[in-house]
Amino acid sequence: MTSKNDLDRRSFLKASIIAGGAAVFGFSLPVGLRAAERLGVTLEPVADFQPNAFIKIAKDGRVTVVVGQAEMGQGVFTSLPQIVADELEVDWANVSYESAPANKAFINPAMGMQGTGGSSSVKGLFAPLRKSAATVREMLVAAAAQGWNVAPETCKAESGKVIHAASGRSAAYGDLLDAAAKVAPPANPKLKDPKDFKYIGKAVKRLDSPEKVNGKAIYGIDVKVPGMLTATILRSPVIGGKVKTVDDAAAKAVKGVTSVISLEYGVAVVAENFSAARKGRSALKVTWDEGAMASVSSESIYTAFASAADKDKGLVAKKTGDVADGKAKAAKTVEAIYWTPFVAHATMEPMTFTADVRKDGAEVWGGVQAQMLVQQTVAATAGVPVDKVKVNTTLLGGGFGRRFEMDYVIDATLLSKAVGKPVKVIWTREDDMQNDVYRPATYNKMSAGIDASGKPIFWHHRVVNDAIMARAGKAFGFILKDDQLDDSSFEGAHNLPYAFPNFQCDWVRKDTGVPVGFWRSVGSSHTAFSTECFLDEVAFAAGKDPVAFRLAMLDKHPRHAAVVKLAAEKAGWGKPAEAGIFRGIAVHESFGSYVAQVAEVSVAKDGKVRVHRVVCAVDCGQVVNPDTVAAQMEGGIVYGLTAALYGEITIKDGRVQQRNFTDQKVLRMNEMPKVEVYIVPSTENHGGVGEPGTPPIAPAVVNAIFAATGKRVRSLPIKTAELAAKA
Amino acid sequence: MAKISVNRKQYEVDADPGTLMLWVLRDEIGLTGTKFGCGIAQCGSCTIHVDGEAKRSCVTPLSSVLGKEITTIEGLSNDLTHPLQKAWIDGDVAQCGYCQSGQIMAAATLLKNNKKPTDADIDQAMAGIICRCGTYNRIKDAIKQAAINGGK
Repeated sequence: MTSKNDLDRRSFLKASIIAGGAAVFGFSLPVGLRAAERLGVTLEPVADFQPNAFIKIAKDGRVTVVVGQAEMGQGVFTSLPQIVADELEVDWANVSYESAPANKAFINPAMGMQGTGGSSSVKGLFAPLRKSAATVREMLVAAAAQGWNVAPETCKAESGKVIHAASGRSAAYGDLLDAAAKVAPPANPKLKDPKDFKYIGKAVKRLDSPEKVNGKAIYGIDVKVPGMLTATILRSPVIGGKVKTVDDAAAKAVKGVTSVISLEYGVAVVAENFSAARKGRSALKVTWDEGAMASVSSESIYTAFASAADKDKGLVAKKTGDVADGKAKAAKTVEAIYWTPFVAHATMEPMTFTADVRKDGAEVWGGVQAQMLVQQTVAATAGVPVDKVKVNTTLLGGGFGRRFEMDYVIDATLLSKAVGKPVKVIWTREDDMQNDVYRPATYNKMSAGIDASGKPIFWHHRVVNDAIMARAGKAFGFILKDDQLDDSSFEGAHNLPYAFPNFQCDWVRKDTGVPVGFWRSVGSSHTAFSTECFLDEVAFAAGKDPVAFRLAMLDKHPRHAAVVKLAAEKAGWGKPAEAGIFRGIAVHESFGSYVAQVAEVSVAKDGKVRVHRVVCAVDCGQVVNPDTVAAQMEGGIVYGLTAALYGEITIKDGRVQQRNFTDQKVLRMNEMPKVEVYIVPSTENHGGVGEPGTPPIAPAVVNAIFAATGKRVRSLPIKTAELAAKA
Repeated sequence: MAKISVNRKQYEVDADPGTLMLWVLRDEIGLTGTKFGCGIAQCGSCTIHVDGEAKRSCVTPLSSVLGKEITTIEGLSNDLTHPLQKAWIDGDVAQCGYCQSGQIMAAATLLKNNKKPTDADIDQAMAGIICRCGTYNRIKDAIKQAAINGGK
């Protein structure tokens, strides 16, 4: 937002926000929230620290909230301004947002970096934003009180005004800016009593809807910079392959192609527009050094994982009691292998990034989840100082963890540096599908037992997969050691809430060479499937109802139990469903939120699975915007259901076999279940909502399929052929 | 030079006749509301209207639209007053928003041809447009709301 009173506003901000911001960020980071911190990763500090400004107030009274988090659908352009509007006492109609640059001031305390992930935006920024807004509010009140020569305590802030009721005077915030700039910021501003919240906890409308329904919203792919060229890159068909020979004569002859640049990992065609770039790319003749991955296939990976599960010791992620002892005492033992494949992110907007690298610095544009990492990556790639890199965060056409990666950022930076002009790199859908960092394929060897009275006595889960941090950590300068646990690979399995007196979760790390990454809800996205389906098997072996069995083991986990009860009650668990429809339940905690889902499913004679209705109960602690919570649960369910029904990336001779939405199907409207979301009222700390909706849906559906067919689906995606004639 | 009409405005475009409309709109005319998602008419993010009917601009060559009226999301209304835009805002439909241009353009054609679509009608008309954020139920509700409010 621009204002003709820019100077005044700026001096006001300087006075207020430097102090407010410093106070806000002057605490140490909470530990243990995400893998990066759990592993002791620290980020390289940005060379030049600029104090932040969360809040801008214009002379006309409009408030702009500067949002350091990336907007990728989760609603941070609404939920974060909501927090400010409430504590600052301004009307929602006068609040807008803008995207912040990469800057240390915008570090999310819940992540330890300026990053958007781990479902942590509200969790990390609720307190800092409130304090920052309260600081500004008190300065405005002090300024007005000074002018009226009354005590600040006798004034109140309301609807963008300071009011002195006793004398009937009031002053608009916009008229107090100059005076407020001279007020010393309070160190400990008084926060509102939550019972007085006007916006926090309310389903206010999204601020970013208008630009998202009239074509004006700018995503990475929409960036246009003067003199910009557009590039597309032909990459090795084999994972990790390198360029061997290039014949670019035909490509260079294409009208509009300005240059062909050979990179180690691919050949880029740079052109005046995307059409020419793509045409040039298809005219390239490139041979490849295929490298070590050429002998790898999905089958070889499965075989290696199965062997590792049996033979490799692995690392103990958690151990209680003694599972061997429990097994010896078990009256009945259940054993199973659960498998989840590699899965692509498939954001709607393929990877896209624009860079303008100059000798003395760089400016970049795109949808990214980690602005400071982008800044550092661009600086290192372009060979310019970090503080000379300006990062412009556009809207993200979906993130889901994919836009934490730096590959597409490096593409544009290398090419702009090579051609000396701004370059926008656009990945095709095929590039995106075949060069993703996939959810790790995971092999689960599971056993559990019940004693003669039907009580659970042991649980042993061996998780075999890649370590996400072994690759992703490198961007942070982090090397995962062989004897080091990477929670992101097994989270959700080692912290199983159920009371098994003898419990063990082992992690066997097997590096496959297939790039793996953070995929919406990360480890929980697959551990919820293995654990909640296998638990259903144990319940069945014990002859118990799945809900009753879970509740009996959740004495020490009341929040889990509460969402199980709520989802079961709302779904009508225990009462007959419509003819042909069967129910399954699952519960899982991730990112500080507890989610239970009941899926209502039918299985046709041909094995086709139809999910009719999903009842979702969520306890995410205090809520800023209940409609956002509901939307994130709905979205998380669709994301997880798509993976359960269709998500599978297969590898043959080192090549990813899926290319587009034809061979990697995703859920469409005609397959969409009804979704009901129920939020548990809570005063607990904020949990996340972007991810926790995803984990329970696959096991809830698969458990319903068992109810419908008597067949246990232990491998995803669900194979229709295997269910045919079981219904 | 090809002459085309987009959102009731005339443009002269210097592009080969085979150039796909998605890129004519985005790169030549500068209308970026129409999105690239798959390039093979599978996701519907690039949906536009050609003489009022929904078309996938990513597979529609420039040569096929000469003399026809093209409408993009930018041309649906000047001021967010189209019943679908209003219903989308009212229902907080969009999450990331990337697919929503295509969703709205497809829905506009549906409502033009069917004033009171049933759930099955909506499923059929909208199944071609992928949303990875999972806004399908809100889209469906918004279409019904727009139908009530006189969507066309």
